[in-house]
Amino acid sequence: MYQHILLAADGSENSIRATVEAIKLAKCSPTSIIEVVVVTDFDKSKQDILHTQSSESLLLKRKRKISNVEQLLKNEQINYKITFLKGAPGPEIVRYANELKVDLLVIGSRGLNSLQEMVLGNVSHKVIKRVDCPALIVK
Amino acid sequence: MQTIQQQWFGNIRGDILSGIVVALALIPEAIAFSIIAGVDPMVGLYASFSIAVIIAFVGGRPGMISAATGAMALVMVNLVADYGLNYLLAATILTGIIQILLGVFKIAKLMRFIPNSVMIGFVNSLAILIFMAQVPHVLGEGFITYVFVAVTLIIVYTVPRFIKGIPAPLIAIIILTAITFIFGIELKTVGDLGTITQSLPSFFLPDVPFTLETLQIILPYSLALAVVGLLESLLTSQIVDDMTDTKSDKNREARGQGIANFITGFFGGMAGCAMIGQSMINVKSGGRGRLSTLVAGVFLIFLIIVLGDIVVDIPMPVLVGIMVMVAIGSFDWSSFKYAVTAPRADAIVMIITIVIVLYTNNLAIGVVTGVILSALFFVASISKVKITEQDGTYIVEGPLFFASTQNFIQTIEQATSNNIIIDLSSSHLWDESSVGAVVKVVSKLEEQGKTVSVVGLNPASELLYQKLLGITTSL
Repeated sequence: MYQHILLAADGSENSIRATVEAIKLAKCSPTSIIEVVVVTDFDKSKQDILHTQSSESLLLKRKRKISNVEQLLKNEQINYKITFLKGAPGPEIVRYANELKVDLLVIGSRGLNSLQEMVLGNVSHKVIKRVDCPALIVK
Repeated sequence: MQTIQQQWFGNIRGDILSGIVVALALIPEAIAFSIIAGVDPMVGLYASFSIAVIIAFVGGRPGMISAATGAMALVMVNLVADYGLNYLLAATILTGIIQILLGVFKIAKLMRFIPNSVMIGFVNSLAILIFMAQVPHVLGEGFITYVFVAVTLIIVYTVPRFIKGIPAPLIAIIILTAITFIFGIELKTVGDLGTITQSLPSFFLPDVPFTLETLQIILPYSLALAVVGLLESLLTSQIVDDMTDTKSDKNREARGQGIANFITGFFGGMAGCAMIGQSMINVKSGGRGRLSTLVAGVFLIFLIIVLGDIVVDIPMPVLVGIMVMVAIGSFDWSSFKYAVTAPRADAIVMIITIVIVLYTNNLAIGVVTGVILSALFFVASISKVKITEQDGTYIVEGPLFFASTQNFIQTIEQATSNNIIIDLSSSHLWDESSVGAVVKVVSKLEEQGKTVSVVGLNPASELLYQKLLGITTSL
């Protein structure tokens, strides 16, 4: 089935549900791998640097954000890896998915910040429009 | 780290485009920061050109933008007011020398000692000072001035949503300068506060007497400029590191900042440093390499030579609006949450750093005080050892060193049982004072006829203990 599944996650309720669905698909084939991709917005860099003492602790802080997703993957014994990217979340996920020619993209229908989505529009909607591979939006 | 060729030509298209965007965004800021410092706009513009071009070659962080900045402008205000431009240029040269030396002596390592609370205090007080510097240009200037400031703010905050390629401040300047012409509105302009020369900067020695007295005047300012410049530059380089997921050479950056300021002083420019806001604009616009910084500097001076006539007609209220935006953007808005949720000592250090900067009008004094204060808080917190007693066994938790021994001695001296065990397995002996304290307590209790045993020393502590007591037999 799907060999290389890209799972866009931010630690939100929605991305947990997306993880559950991604796991179901990954279980269809023992060689499937789920790559969890976490995008940090450029604008967050300044605040993150100011509020953490070192780049090591910043990495830890960002890993903690999606620890719930990681725990789920571990419990289900799925092959997975985590990739951290920087930039505007929507375009960055699209660029990465298209560049790696992944087999499937799984994304939650809405992220952490609903206020931002009201202003800027829905990230997952934009991603689905521009990504080349099959995509699954999880409600 | 990337090769030199990658640093220069790894991203040519992105670097040229982002460099142009940054040049456009730099012009209003360079002018406004000159006005804050109390010098001609050309001083800031020449500085921005010269620093950006030099840093492109000698900096340690490709893709970072350095130019005339608000932080540096705020430090030099009094020097300019009291002694004039030539002393500022001399101070800029000396700042460069100090920064080169600090770079050679690996200042970047020391940066790790500056706690977040001081950094947050620094950026916040910088934002507040930039904001307050705008007030005199607005107060009592009449209703139309307020309208222009307000319209500028509306433009800079709404336009980026629709037009992404051109910096919004520049759009505000073009539209509102055009409006003043079309409707013949009389407002204070950049030309009222200084002149614009449409020529390249030239080499000259600052016209100051080369005496000890001159050095005494400029040295305090140069030291403050060197500290503030390196602080902001190294903070910015961390941010660019994070945004681009690449590493940078912080000591080379410190030396580069020094070289840039040193040379800039001879070309009639004021001291500058890296800029957080502009560097973020550069990275977001696709800039990654050294070429972007070079293009920003060269295109900036090209624009000034071509458009100098128009620059003098920019209305001051528009610049004020842009500076208010810069202040709002510089402020760390999550500080309010930080002040509540961070450990009490950290929150106090942040607030005191801000208060001292605002009181002394000097960013450097605020930062130094903040660092000292947080070091004291750190010693105070680490000097609290926790001692719990159970049936004559005293369990010591926390490091024992000169600042924490007092507490240790007082607690254990009051022991009443006849058989006493001091358990140091959760502790560590750091220095002579700690070994002395253990010896002192043990002998005092033994004088009272009690039996005392010390257990659980970790190997390093045991070694120190024996060494300081003159016991040479190995463990």
